[in-house]
Amino acid sequence: MQFGVFSVSDITRDPVSGHTPSEAERIDAVVQIAKKTEEVGLDVFAIGEHHNPPFFSSAPTTLLAFIAAATERLILTTSTTLITTNDPVRIAEEYAMLQHLSKGRMDLMLGRGNTAPVYPWFGQDIRQSLPLALENYNLLHRLWREDVLDWEGKFRTPLQGFTSTPRPLDDVPPFVWHGSIRTPEIAEQAAYYGDGFFANHIFWPKEHYMRLIKFYRQRYAHHGHGTEQQAIVGLGGQAYIARRSQDAIKEFRPYFNEAPVYGHGPAMEDFMRQTPLSVGSPQEVIDKTLTFREHFGDYQRQLFLIDHAGLPLKTVLDQLELLGGEVVPTLRKELAARRDPQVPDAPTHTARVRAKYGELVPRQPRPNANRGDNVTGGSPYQDSDQVAQAAQPGN
Amino acid sequence: MTDPYTLVVVTAGIGDPSSTRMLADRAAQRTRDLVARRGGEVTVQVVDLRELAAEVTTALTANHVGDRLRLAIEALGRADGVIAATPVYKAAPSGLFSSFFQVLDNDLLIGKPVVLAATAGTARHSLVVDEQLRSLFGFLRTLVAPTSLFAAPEDWADPGLNKRVDRAVLELVLLMESGFARQVRDESWHSYQHEFGSAGGTELSIDLNSDMMRLAAGGTVPD
Repeated sequence: MQFGVFSVSDITRDPVSGHTPSEAERIDAVVQIAKKTEEVGLDVFAIGEHHNPPFFSSAPTTLLAFIAAATERLILTTSTTLITTNDPVRIAEEYAMLQHLSKGRMDLMLGRGNTAPVYPWFGQDIRQSLPLALENYNLLHRLWREDVLDWEGKFRTPLQGFTSTPRPLDDVPPFVWHGSIRTPEIAEQAAYYGDGFFANHIFWPKEHYMRLIKFYRQRYAHHGHGTEQQAIVGLGGQAYIARRSQDAIKEFRPYFNEAPVYGHGPAMEDFMRQTPLSVGSPQEVIDKTLTFREHFGDYQRQLFLIDHAGLPLKTVLDQLELLGGEVVPTLRKELAARRDPQVPDAPTHTARVRAKYGELVPRQPRPNANRGDNVTGGSPYQDSDQVAQAAQPGN
Repeated sequence: MTDPYTLVVVTAGIGDPSSTRMLADRAAQRTRDLVARRGGEVTVQVVDLRELAAEVTTALTANHVGDRLRLAIEALGRADGVIAATPVYKAAPSGLFSSFFQVLDNDLLIGKPVVLAATAGTARHSLVVDEQLRSLFGFLRTLVAPTSLFAAPEDWADPGLNKRVDRAVLELVLLMESGFARQVRDESWHSYQHEFGSAGGTELSIDLNSDMMRLAAGGTVPD
C-alpha cells in the first residue's frame, strides 16, 4: 500500500494572512513539499497539469524530474496528465524520459480536463473530449510497446514508421492510472488494459465513486487481468490534522470556507460528514481513512490533498510531519492486518521488471546507426526482430 | 386497488402562510379528493424550497448536494405527478424555484405529469407561468398539464380559481392514470440523454456495446 500527497498546483491567496504567493514562491514551495514527503516516510508525490492561472504546473515532467534528482525513494506521478490536449506522442516521449531519469521511480495518471477554453488553445474541442481521450490513450499504449508504429486515428496526424524515444526504461512502460469520477468508458479502458483506476474522492459523497470503482473491478476481471479484488485502485482524500481536534477545525475553517471549487458553499461540518474530508486529530483522520477500505475494498494507493486553498508552506510541512509521523504508520499497520493476501501491492518499476523478465537481464534498446528516418528498412534497434517491417504509406 | 400515487408538491413560497403554498395545497387536496372518488389513493409529499435554500445554492455553486436536497430529489424521482408552485418576483419565477430545478439532473423528471402554478401581487404577472415555466419544464421533458394555475390577490375571492384548479387536477389525474411516464421510461429511456449516476443517482446502466465503449477497449473511432 502506497501513501502520498497530490497537489493541483493552485496558487491561492492565504485567506488568513492575505498573502498570495508568487509563482516563483509556490514553485519553490512545492519542491520543498515533495522533498518533505519523502523525508517523513511517505511513498508518492503527485502534481497536476494546468495551462491557465492561478495554477503553475504546465510542465509536470520538468518539475518531477527535478524532484527525482533531489530525492531517493519517492515515486513521482501526476494528478493528472491531460490525455486530451497533449499529443500522446509527446506524453510518450516526456514520460519515458522522466522514467529514465528517475530510474523508474515514476508513473502517471491520465485525466481528461474539464476546462472548456483550454481545449482550443491546443487545437482541440471539449465536445470531443471522451473519444479524444480514449483514442489518445490507445495510441500512447502502443507507442510504449512497439518500437516502430504505424497508426491512424481520427484526431491526430497518422504515424508511419514512428519510434517514440527513448524507449521505456528496461523496455517496461510506465504504469498508468486512469483518473475519473463519472465516466464508465474511462473505467472500461483502465480495465481493458489492466491499468490502475483512481478516484479523486474529494468533492462528492463516496457512493458516487463506489459505483464506478465496482464497475472497474468487474471489468478488470472480465478482461482477464485477475480477480475483482486484484484490480489496481487508487483513492484521493483530503485531510487537515492537528494534535487536538478542535485546533484542526479552527485552523482549517478559513481555508475551507474560501477554498477554490467548494468554498463559499457547504458548511465544513456538513462537508466532513458527507465527503471524504477529515479535519481532526491524527486518530480521527486514521479512523476516517480506514473507512475507505470498507467502502472500496483493499486498494493500492492513497493520496491526500494537503497543500491547496492558500495553506502556507510551513503549515503544509507541519501537516506532512503529522501525516508521515502519526497517521500513515498506523494506517499501514491497520490496513496490512486487514488486507486480503491475494491483493497485489501497488505496481512499481522494480516489480514490473521482475514480472516481465524474472531472472533475465532486461532489454536495453541500442539504436542502429542513423539513417534519417524509421520508414525505410526495419527496426531502428539492434536487437529487434527484423521481420517487423514498417508499412509504406499507401501500401 | 393499485398502489397509491405519489404526488410531490414543490413550493417556493416564503410567507407563513404563503399564498403559493396555499395554491399548491389546494391543488394537492383536490387531487387527493378526485383520485379518491375514482377509487384510488394519493400520497402527498411537500418539498418546501424555503427550507432547502442554502442547500440549493450550495449545489449550484459547489456542486455539493446536501442531505435534505438529496431527499427532495429522491422524492421527485419516485413521483407519479408533480405540482410545482412559485411566487412571481420581478416578472419572473422565484430564483429559488428556478435554481432548484436547475440543479436537478436533466433526466430526473422525464415524462412526469406536472401542474404549474404561480402566485403574484398583480394580475399583470399572469403569463409568467405559461411563458417562462413551461419552457423550463419542457427542457426537463416533463408532461405539463394544459391548464396552469395562477392566482393574483383578486383570484382568491373568485370561484373561477377553484374551477381552474379542478380542471388542472383532472388533467393531472388523467395523465397519472395513463401511465405515460412509466411507459415512456420502460420503452424509450435509453433514447434520452443520461450520464452515469444521473436521474438522481439511479441511472447506472452501462451500454458495453456503445461506440465509446468499443473505443475504450482498444477499438477505433467510428466515422
